[in-house]
Amino acid sequence: MIFATVMFWAVALALVASSLAVVLTPNLFHAVLYLAAALVATAVVFLLLDAAFLFAVQLLLYAGGIVTVMVFAIMLTERLTGQRLTQTNRHVVNGAVMSFAVFVGVAGFIMRSNATAAAPASADRTLDIARAIVGPFAVTFELLGVLLVAALLGAVYFARTED
Amino acid sequence: MAAPGLSAYLILAALVFTIGLFGVLTRRNAIGILLGIELMLNAVNINLVAFARFEADLAGLVFTLFVIAITVAEVGVGLAIVIAIFRVRRTVDADHLNLLRG
Repeated sequence: MIFATVMFWAVALALVASSLAVVLTPNLFHAVLYLAAALVATAVVFLLLDAAFLFAVQLLLYAGGIVTVMVFAIMLTERLTGQRLTQTNRHVVNGAVMSFAVFVGVAGFIMRSNATAAAPASADRTLDIARAIVGPFAVTFELLGVLLVAALLGAVYFARTED
Repeated sequence: MAAPGLSAYLILAALVFTIGLFGVLTRRNAIGILLGIELMLNAVNINLVAFARFEADLAGLVFTLFVIAITVAEVGVGLAIVIAIFRVRRTVDADHLNLLRG
């Protein structure tokens, strides 16, 4: 129990720190690298919640796939303009006040909801996920395939060259 | 020291979500805004997995898979749009992208 608690706080600290770095660092390339760190920390949170399969999916798709695509996009756009993509934030005070208000609202709601349910005994749910995907969620799963094909075609259409 | 409960995970997810919201509100660069959206979707995934764990409900895990797949599609289309805009306007500064303003 002690180990799980220490792990949770360590991962939570890493996740919040890297998330703050994503939105605050001026260099866009560094922001993507910090996003990769935040995504890996999220994967470890999944592991703490006994979702080993989602841990693997998160690492493969998010930290592996999305970060690679982001890096490619930044390098392409940098080459197009020939200048480094540094960026500044605007309306920092307004954004901070707005975000803090949303956090206070959500956190207050969570605190008042007294969700003190004890965790049931942990079990590996990977087999159950597989059965659910081809069972009750089969139609959603097929629609997801259609969505991915449509998104792929759309991305190719947008990014094509004119001739 | 008790193990972290459901509300600890929910507070963590709310914190990450609001950090992502701050990024979406304040970033000038379109790719920076996309990064903020990624953080917000990640926070939602933490919520879903936490509820699936503490309520012993499988739907949360399956929906997390669906959210991850939809995010991949969203990033693909979003970055393609960013590159297409870059070709035409030579900028991804969100303040200058006002073609559709009436």
